[in-house]
Amino acid sequence: MSDGSTFLEVLGSAGSNKYELIKVLQAAQNEFSYIPASAAEEISEKMNIPVSEIYGVITFYRQFTLIRPGKHIIKVCEGTACHVADSKRLSGYIADLLSVSPGETTADGLFTLSSVACLGCCSLAPAMMIDGFVYGRLDEVQIKEIIENIRKGEK
Amino acid sequence: MRILVGASSCGISAGALNVVSALERALAKKGKSSLKVETTGCIGMCFAEPLVEIRENGSSRFYAGVSPEDAELIAAEDICLKEPIERLLIDPDEFLKRQTRIVLRNCGRVVPSDIDDCIKYGDSYKALEKALSEKFFGEGIISEIRKSGLRGRGGGGFPTHLKWSAARNAAGNKKYIVCNADEGDPGAFMDRSVLESDPHSVIEGIIIAGAAIGAHNGIIYLRAEYPLAVERMKQAVSQAEKRGFLGENIMKSGFSFNIAIKEGAGAFVCGEETALIASLEGRRGMPEIRPPYPAEKGVFGCPTCINNVETLANVPWIILNGGEKFASIGTPASKGAKVFAVAGKAAKSGLVEIEMGTKLSDVVFGICGGVKDGGKFKAVQLGGPSGGCLSSEFLDVPLDYESVGKTGAIMGSGGMVVLDESSCMVDIAKYFLSFTQAESCGKCSFCRIGSKKMLELLNDIMEGKVGKESLDELQNLAESVKRASLCGLGQSAPNPVLTSLKYFKEEYLAHIEFKRHSDVCRKIGKFSIVSAKCRKCGLCMKKCPVNAICKTAEGAYVIDADICVKCGQCAESCAFKAISRS
Repeated sequence: MSDGSTFLEVLGSAGSNKYELIKVLQAAQNEFSYIPASAAEEISEKMNIPVSEIYGVITFYRQFTLIRPGKHIIKVCEGTACHVADSKRLSGYIADLLSVSPGETTADGLFTLSSVACLGCCSLAPAMMIDGFVYGRLDEVQIKEIIENIRKGEK
Repeated sequence: MRILVGASSCGISAGALNVVSALERALAKKGKSSLKVETTGCIGMCFAEPLVEIRENGSSRFYAGVSPEDAELIAAEDICLKEPIERLLIDPDEFLKRQTRIVLRNCGRVVPSDIDDCIKYGDSYKALEKALSEKFFGEGIISEIRKSGLRGRGGGGFPTHLKWSAARNAAGNKKYIVCNADEGDPGAFMDRSVLESDPHSVIEGIIIAGAAIGAHNGIIYLRAEYPLAVERMKQAVSQAEKRGFLGENIMKSGFSFNIAIKEGAGAFVCGEETALIASLEGRRGMPEIRPPYPAEKGVFGCPTCINNVETLANVPWIILNGGEKFASIGTPASKGAKVFAVAGKAAKSGLVEIEMGTKLSDVVFGICGGVKDGGKFKAVQLGGPSGGCLSSEFLDVPLDYESVGKTGAIMGSGGMVVLDESSCMVDIAKYFLSFTQAESCGKCSFCRIGSKKMLELLNDIMEGKVGKESLDELQNLAESVKRASLCGLGQSAPNPVLTSLKYFKEEYLAHIEFKRHSDVCRKIGKFSIVSAKCRKCGLCMKKCPVNAICKTAEGAYVIDADICVKCGQCAESCAFKAISRS
């Protein structure tokens, strides 16, 4: 959570208030980068909500994932401006570069390639976001450089 | 002298923070570290980012497209020696002077992280003081908004005062004001910009709305994919609390109001009011049948009024300047101004706020400089996934709710994507449909299955697999989805297809007849190298991302059609135009 509370703290303060389910799930997503099955079960028990209902909410919203992602999540913008600036080509390039398909994580667990509906930086199209930072006016050369720099930082 | 750098999301990704540190370093070197480099929001000239403003003696100079090296020059020559660098200067008036800036009045002008600066230079909370006075409080505010003729800016265009009156008259002690900041339209970014650049105007608008309907609680439902907007709003709310603009007994008026920020979990359909409410209550965001309307039974069962960011940002201006003044701007049915997010192939992309009724061509060509790189104008997409594509014959259409509605497109939230000849209209329609199809909540069969079937048909058309009769099928299906869906998402999802079928039918036919219409249509056509033109430089081979180009023993280059993905990069890179497409 951006206010620093942990998943268990948020879960504790939610009690059995069903209205807080999304907030609790957001806390879990932020802490673990995905929603582990154990967390869903714990929420079900503490908040007295059937697990099926919790999965219903998890799968409805794009923010939640059930698979552990890589350390760095690359979100390629699929907004209109990026689309007409050929973002599809760039995401294909990243997929080749990392040898993954969209939605997948690299074997070393460093990168997950995903997409986002629109980053709202349309005038910088094509754009992508990695770890919350937006990179704009991209081309293949820059993407390669950005990814290599992150790789270097990991070594 | 003040040194300001535009640093909202787009400014930062264009390198604004590097410019800030370069300026600071250079100033420190010159022994001028007492001069502060401040960061403001977005003035709307996204095409010129990063932007540095030097404000001095009541006037401003703007430097556009500043690199860290330029920043050092600016520090050394302009700031220290008072010698402006002509080649980097830009005249913002070219872009700004034809605009009517109400919502964007403070964007790029104030320092959003500093409430004092917003109060001093942006008149923040002045309107609140007026609204909380005995003369205005409650009915008086609503009457002012009625006079202004303000309509919802999120897309619906519903008169704001009617919404407020309904919530005010609803029975119940506890009421809510919800600010819908879940801007989900791909191609629209005005809400993000206002939240990042002028958060206090949005907060002020929410409090005034609360005072109007008798609510003491406000919720900002903010898109999680806008991390900077979330951060700035949280900071602004806590600053406003400290100053007593939020909390108990605001400005000794006896009125109390609090704001909570909720991050949206990412679902486009939550723009629909009933779905947004479900999401705030921790449920799947699926729209529900109305009535009951949110004004009677909304969040947590309480009367709720939901307004969009842009609508609320208009409110302080209206209270301060009077409803009549607002109503004097615009057309008889569409008052005031509207912000458009211009992107795509526009020469100058950015945020433009124009008086309602301004001609489309005045925005595209007048303010935004037409199509970039000398391209030819083809169409403009208005209103995002719920809107439509208008061809050049509509350049004279006045931008107001009624006139745009008549064309089959919608004003929507104000996304305006300029398209040039390289764009394929079928591809654009397919793009929007795949977005709405993926975002359909699944409740209504026509939206869930109909949009999927439409998408399959479009795919078949793009790949030249079906005949002419498929266009009638597509049209019928689109009309049925429009009629038989419960919420705005399903009702408007077919719009991009319907408008492109209406205005660009020849492109659909071209696909069906196996003729490629533009470079985007990759599945159609075949690339080959024209040996007579080829100078054998080998650049295409280097450019090819899938290694489909190889060199023969004779030294010629050939493309292997089985490997080729038709991305067109080889053709783009070839200086001798030796790569043809058939």
